[in-house]
Amino acid sequence: MADTAEILSGLAEIVEEVAGIDTAEVTAEKSFVDDLDIDSLSMVEIAVQAEDKFGVKIPDDQLAELKTVGDAVSYIEKNQ
Amino acid sequence: MTDVVVTGYGATTPLGGDAASTWDALLAGKSGVGHTTGEWVDKHDLPVKISAQLAVDPTEVLPRVQARRMDRAEQVAVVAAREAWAHAGLAVEKGEDPKVDPTRLAVIVGTGIGGVTTLLDQDDLLESDGLRKVSPLVVPMLMPNGPAALISLEIGAKGGVHSPASACATGAEAMAWAWRLLKAGEVDVVVAGGAEACIAPITVAGFVQARTLSQRNDAPQEASRPFDTGRDGFVLGEGAGVLVLERREFAEARGATVHGTLAGIGLTSDAYHITGPDPEGGGQGRAMLNAVRTAGLEPSDVGHVNCHATSTVVGDVGEANAIKKALGDHPVLTAPKASMGHLVGGAGAVEGLIALLSVRDGIIPATLNLEDKDPKVDLDVVAGEPRKMELTAAVNNSFGFGGHNASLLFTK
Repeated sequence: MADTAEILSGLAEIVEEVAGIDTAEVTAEKSFVDDLDIDSLSMVEIAVQAEDKFGVKIPDDQLAELKTVGDAVSYIEKNQ
Repeated sequence: MTDVVVTGYGATTPLGGDAASTWDALLAGKSGVGHTTGEWVDKHDLPVKISAQLAVDPTEVLPRVQARRMDRAEQVAVVAAREAWAHAGLAVEKGEDPKVDPTRLAVIVGTGIGGVTTLLDQDDLLESDGLRKVSPLVVPMLMPNGPAALISLEIGAKGGVHSPASACATGAEAMAWAWRLLKAGEVDVVVAGGAEACIAPITVAGFVQARTLSQRNDAPQEASRPFDTGRDGFVLGEGAGVLVLERREFAEARGATVHGTLAGIGLTSDAYHITGPDPEGGGQGRAMLNAVRTAGLEPSDVGHVNCHATSTVVGDVGEANAIKKALGDHPVLTAPKASMGHLVGGAGAVEGLIALLSVRDGIIPATLNLEDKDPKVDLDVVAGEPRKMELTAAVNNSFGFGGHNASLLFTK
């Protein structure tokens, strides 16, 4: 089981890979859409990679609720 | 009616990663043909193991994240468009005002085949790993309007995005539609061209089954030999060409460098056979004559034809006859597919650019591998060395499966 810091850094690596955003920019308070300028297509890719990396399921209705990086980290932490 | 001038150009081809290196390599008599790299060549035991692959891979030029969101056909289109846009002096820094009103700027860029490598790779993923591994970008990557749409995003074009599809005539047809749009005064600037990247097992297999490809695997650089008695089919290539076309008044007002004029165009169709050209060459001849007529010139003004000539047994002779019948026996011919293979949807755009440069620089590249000219080709084809020649006008021909004939006429 990954802890909060490990999930955040793992998620940041995925965001860097998919959207080319520097891992240092990917912090808990950032909004995927408004701050990191990630579109809905890239969010699908990020979700699939996060599911594989952390062994979680992120259904579409849940994905829509994950507005910030912090939202995603806590969802993964609870559901891994 | 306004003139349509060329103020910028870009290309990425088997001969070079940009327009200048392509032109230089062509004049130097280099070949872009080689053995095809890719595991699938041996896997399917295809009888054709050669192609004209890009000199510079687009993933070396584009930022990684941008490249991974695009099919290879889209990558080459964006690389060529970026070069053309900067060459025309239209690129601005972020935050700066655009030099063209975005609503008066259009993109017309097509592809003959579309994102075939994306389709194949993603279908493999669906088969092997299931739905969740399929990219959400599949559709925008394989759609044939993808290259044009991505260019419009890049340059902020809001005056329309169009994607003609006429197989191997696509790139030239895009230029012709740009000419029409500019002549009608609908926009001030059009970024026009064609792109292709379809060197993949299914396309090669399909062309093989249609008996159109050269099988000279032991001597790749000698395989593409338009007008030569030893020709046995074309060599599949990949790449893109893009021109920036403008209304002359607009170009002059902004102080742009003019490289030549797209003075006339001809678009016709054969309605004869789905792949074979009309043996009478009527549609090809009408395309050339329409280009001459719309330019307000006479056939005697056309000193040079940059031929479609793909190195097939039937096609090359048919085109030579059509040229002779339509324009006369005075035009001097060349066939650049000898050097760079057949770029399919990109061919007309890159070869249109070459015809333009021939007029501008007064030099016609030689047709590589033309050692023993087919006696049925009763015209002067440049072979051996490039030929210096002052040109009033040059015609570029592109013909496509489906019976599409596109001719472009360039003047200084």
